[in-house]
Amino acid sequence: MNDTDTPALRSAPIDARVDEDETDDAMSSVLGAFAWGLARDVRIAMRSKADLGVQLLFYVLVVSLFPLSTSPSRDVLAMLGPGVLWTAALLASLLSLPRLFAGDFVDGTLEQIALSPRPLPALVLGKTAAHWLTTGLPVAVMAPLLGAQYALDGRSLSMLAIALLLGTPILSLLGAIGAALTLGARGGGGLLALLVLPLYAPVLIFGAGAVDAVGAGMSASANVALLGAGLIIAVVALPFAAASAVRIALD
Amino acid sequence: MLINWYRFSSPVSFYPLASIGAQVFGIFAALLAGAGLFVALYVAPTDATQGDAYRIIYVHVPAAWMAMFIYLVMAGWSAAALGFNARLSAMMAQALAPTGAIMAALALWTGAFWGRPTWGTYWAWDARMTSTLILLFLYLGVLALRNAIEDPRRADRACALLTLVGAVNVPIIYFSVQWWNTLHQGSSISFTVAPKMAATMVAGILIMTAAAWCYTIAVALARVQAIIVERERGATWLESLIDLRQRGIGRSPA
Repeated sequence: MNDTDTPALRSAPIDARVDEDETDDAMSSVLGAFAWGLARDVRIAMRSKADLGVQLLFYVLVVSLFPLSTSPSRDVLAMLGPGVLWTAALLASLLSLPRLFAGDFVDGTLEQIALSPRPLPALVLGKTAAHWLTTGLPVAVMAPLLGAQYALDGRSLSMLAIALLLGTPILSLLGAIGAALTLGARGGGGLLALLVLPLYAPVLIFGAGAVDAVGAGMSASANVALLGAGLIIAVVALPFAAASAVRIALD
Repeated sequence: MLINWYRFSSPVSFYPLASIGAQVFGIFAALLAGAGLFVALYVAPTDATQGDAYRIIYVHVPAAWMAMFIYLVMAGWSAAALGFNARLSAMMAQALAPTGAIMAALALWTGAFWGRPTWGTYWAWDARMTSTLILLFLYLGVLALRNAIEDPRRADRACALLTLVGAVNVPIIYFSVQWWNTLHQGSSISFTVAPKMAATMVAGILIMTAAAWCYTIAVALARVQAIIVERERGATWLESLIDLRQRGIGRSPA
């Protein structure tokens, strides 16, 4: 790992080494790292609210383009709705991924974070959680409103919100790996899409399937259970992969 | 006889072995492909329902099997590359990726040509076809990532991690796609109910699969030689090897 000359400090302080007496206690160290990563990235995101608005606007725009390109008929829209709302959520997640690490990578903060004694997977999980809170959550909240434009009924709309709430964190966690791997690589956004979108496929299938099932009057419990199981596995396993991706990027 | 296999984890000692291996497996591949095509095109009977159109199966099935199998092998080399920080393992993974992508593309392509006369369509969103398509995207992602990172050692580790994440995802993708397809529509033509095949047909497929296997090994070894030469250019052992060749000593690479 290269030593940077001076730690480049951004406006949010890097105080990952405070509470050194706590580092003996593994649990509090993990929780502290998580909370620190979360709080810092949420604070930074809140300082550029326009970025977040653009993110959400992108989602609204993509969703609004489909009726223009297909048909304004309620039957067609109700059939397309779940797939369109989910695909657009995937794209919105993809669009926001570079924000996760790129800024910290450029100014050297990421290197300092990786050097801190706190466990890196917990720090990465905190950053990813902040990413979800500022991108995935707004999309999940916004989706039912847009779903109403697609003539989805009330039960479908609530299922859409539930499925997105369960699915978008998985997207952020999978995306964190891709975002870290492409740090400093050529090719930018297109490369990230190629790496990440195939991995998103199962989430899309189960998420859109849940809304479809409710719309068809069937139970969506299997889809929801699979999304929930996927979320648990993703939260437990993917931060470690993302952390090693960060280490590879800093190598 | 005890062989110290770790000796071959160094590119210097592996290079001559790869050279021999590429030639031997290349010959095997050619012989097996010849025998396999003979069985496939002359010995095997015409299918009762599909006529001679079915004969593309002798390319299609081996390609589809190899596409999945190569990803598995690549994941194994990637795990070794990350776990032991072994250069040669990463080079093997790098050498396998293009062949895997070619096999996946070939499986899709021949599948389309087979589907047209028998199903009446080049493409259907069948579970297997869709998961092979996603597998192709995973291969292309690894190749693109390799291409996008300047430093070969960093590219090694990044590609290894991506391959492993993909390998964990492959079964999930496969089952999710199957689930999706069964939810939407019953598969119009089922692969799972295997029709009774003549013994010569099965033999043809197996010989062709062995040929594809040997071809993959031969090409991967030839490619790994190229990768070694590219990365070790300027190393003294390589220059002395080239020097020997120019004086007519030693065998030329495949």
